[in-house]
Amino acid sequence: MAVNTELTVEKFNELEQYIDSMPSTKGELIRVLHKAQGIFGFLPQEVQKFIAKKLDLSTAKVFGVVSFYSYFTMEPKGENPIAICMGTACYVRGAEKVQDAFIKELGIKVGETTADGKFSLDALRCVGACGLAPVVLVGEKVYGRVTVEDVKKIISNY
Amino acid sequence: MANYKMQMLVCGGTGCKSAEADGIVTNLEKAIVANNISDEVQVLTTGCFGFCEKGPVVKILPDNTFYVQVVPEDAEELVAEHCVKGRKVERLLYVNPDTKEIISDSKDMDFYKKQMRIALRNCGLIDPDVIDDYIARDGYQAIGRALTEMTPEDVIDVIKDSGLRGRGGGGFPTGLKWQFAAGYDADQKYVICNADEGDPGAFMDRSILEGDPHSVIEAMAICGYAIGASQGRVYIRAEYPLAIKRLEKAISDARDYGLLGQDIMGTGFEFDIELTYGAGAFVCGEETALIHSMEGERGEPTTKPPFPAESGYWGKPTNVNNVETFANVPAILLKGADWYSRIGTERSTGTKVFALAGKINNVGLIEVPMGTTLREVIYDIGGGIKDGKKFKAVQTGGPSGGCLTEKDLDTPIDFDNLIAAGSMMGSGGMIVMDEDDCMPAIAKFYLEFTVEESCGKCTPCRVGTKRLHELLEVIVDGKGEMKHIDELKRLSRTIKSASLCGLGQTAPNPILSTLDAFYDEYLAHINDKKCPAGQCTSLLSYYILEDKCIGCTACARVCPVNCISGEVKKLHVIDQETCIKCGACYDTCKFAAIEKR
Repeated sequence: MAVNTELTVEKFNELEQYIDSMPSTKGELIRVLHKAQGIFGFLPQEVQKFIAKKLDLSTAKVFGVVSFYSYFTMEPKGENPIAICMGTACYVRGAEKVQDAFIKELGIKVGETTADGKFSLDALRCVGACGLAPVVLVGEKVYGRVTVEDVKKIISNY
Repeated sequence: MANYKMQMLVCGGTGCKSAEADGIVTNLEKAIVANNISDEVQVLTTGCFGFCEKGPVVKILPDNTFYVQVVPEDAEELVAEHCVKGRKVERLLYVNPDTKEIISDSKDMDFYKKQMRIALRNCGLIDPDVIDDYIARDGYQAIGRALTEMTPEDVIDVIKDSGLRGRGGGGFPTGLKWQFAAGYDADQKYVICNADEGDPGAFMDRSILEGDPHSVIEAMAICGYAIGASQGRVYIRAEYPLAIKRLEKAISDARDYGLLGQDIMGTGFEFDIELTYGAGAFVCGEETALIHSMEGERGEPTTKPPFPAESGYWGKPTNVNNVETFANVPAILLKGADWYSRIGTERSTGTKVFALAGKINNVGLIEVPMGTTLREVIYDIGGGIKDGKKFKAVQTGGPSGGCLTEKDLDTPIDFDNLIAAGSMMGSGGMIVMDEDDCMPAIAKFYLEFTVEESCGKCTPCRVGTKRLHELLEVIVDGKGEMKHIDELKRLSRTIKSASLCGLGQTAPNPILSTLDAFYDEYLAHINDKKCPAGQCTSLLSYYILEDKCIGCTACARVCPVNCISGEVKKLHVIDQETCIKCGACYDTCKFAAIEKR
């Protein structure tokens, strides 16, 4: 796999140091989860258990919060995460067709990662670049006014 | 501003940045150095100009020249021609699509003529990363006046008299909200800014935070003074990295200038602001849900009362306003309640920012006085419908709102009129739809959103929206029956009346309003098994037109199920039985010989 999804001791140490450096952990679960996702790239069971123990919360509570918010993911993302804006402005300008083209081209469903770990596909709600609708993000790079014909070209850039 | 003869303002909003605005800035700076005019010309990255359709935008002061769709490669020419030789680069100027007239001054563009900018007053004019720019435009004067000349009660009175109503969607009078929070005694109170903009197709709050972060900081401090709070929190979407960066810098600069922290302006008033990140949940726009999320919990709403003004963040009196509401506050305090209340309509004063998007020529961020009609917004400012198509509907209020049609075009926009017309103001997303948009499919799109975003606490919302979505799916798939319409209506009524928060109470609105205005489209799907807009794949058939097909075989080659037959240079035919309606042939044909109907 291209992306480093290993749960190394160093990563756990980094997270532990961050939590230990907080003046108080009261109400800070979401902040800690943001940090953890930044370190590990995703929030697998092991990480959730670790956080629960450190913050003195039940694992169920941590899972409840992780699963509630769309920003948190329990699956590792691909090396090049592709996100298709499905905001209304993009939708009426053909985002669904673009999404279908990506599904067809990559052979994965929305929310999945390709077997080689190179791409993952997600839908997101409005990046606010409606002037460029429909919009596709690959990592931080924004592609605007994407057509079905552009899909192959975008993928071949990576 | 003083020392430079000329300033080149480059839009640094997310839209323009996505289109390589950074490259423009770098190249402009290089060209300025190369031409030896670094002492005379300054390049600034500003917030959003609003005219996203034609971005990236470069505006040159003092002559107000407005260049559109600039690419980094244009930088050299812009500097050499405009800055050095004083000649405008005509090919980059805006052309009025109707009159073909070239317009160089943004003030003369239809897009800007009917706008009035209060909340967006500094967006596109100042460098959001430079606190002195904000101060030069009367920034932090309002807080100065409040702290030195006014009592907290005075401040609340001004906001009450101005008639300012919450811009996040609810439209609750802001001054009254402040008064409630001020009325409770506590050792600690909180001011919260809701920057968790979640409506798909709405980006006004983000643009304010990116373009003028200090206006929100100043307003929060004013609110803190008015209600007696020393702590502020901005609850902001983690998906807005640029807004977060600019806000963090602005807060830190304000602290350095003594405009945040202890003893602000030497008056003994203490106020500071911290950021809390949201994690993507639409329901967190509801204030009790937002507060729970800030406490690290699942963002589920709870019953009111108690209202946050009595018991909010950590059980303390809390005032929650959204970004745009706050952005209005300093201007009101400086210019007075009278000035503000004269703008707009009687019960909705001031201006409103809208994110104009969809099938419209001028996509962008606009601010107009309340009471402006939809027709003015769509045709005068928005430049009409894209590609000369016919206007069908405009959706306001996001997933909680409804669709307005031709008959509502002359309704003055304000909080109450939109509700009377079956929609709502919401946070200000305005999505224009044309004849090619299928309304039952649009309703389904919105329900998909609510199904995903329902927090799950109330059964009518959790299960009901899912059932509504299934019913709509059946209809757009062409398997609908008339009884499904009755079921949609009955279920909608239940969900509206039995859900705790705004999300559930308004979730059926996109269905009810499209059922009301586009009943015949539902009937066409159910009775005739046709989609009048030609969008619903299952109801379409593809045909090859005899007079247009030249027999190039391109369609037969791309057909994944090999259902197109025909010899070279002869008419091809689609076997309707085998066709899976993927549309590959339609997209491939270069001779417009394939028709869907």
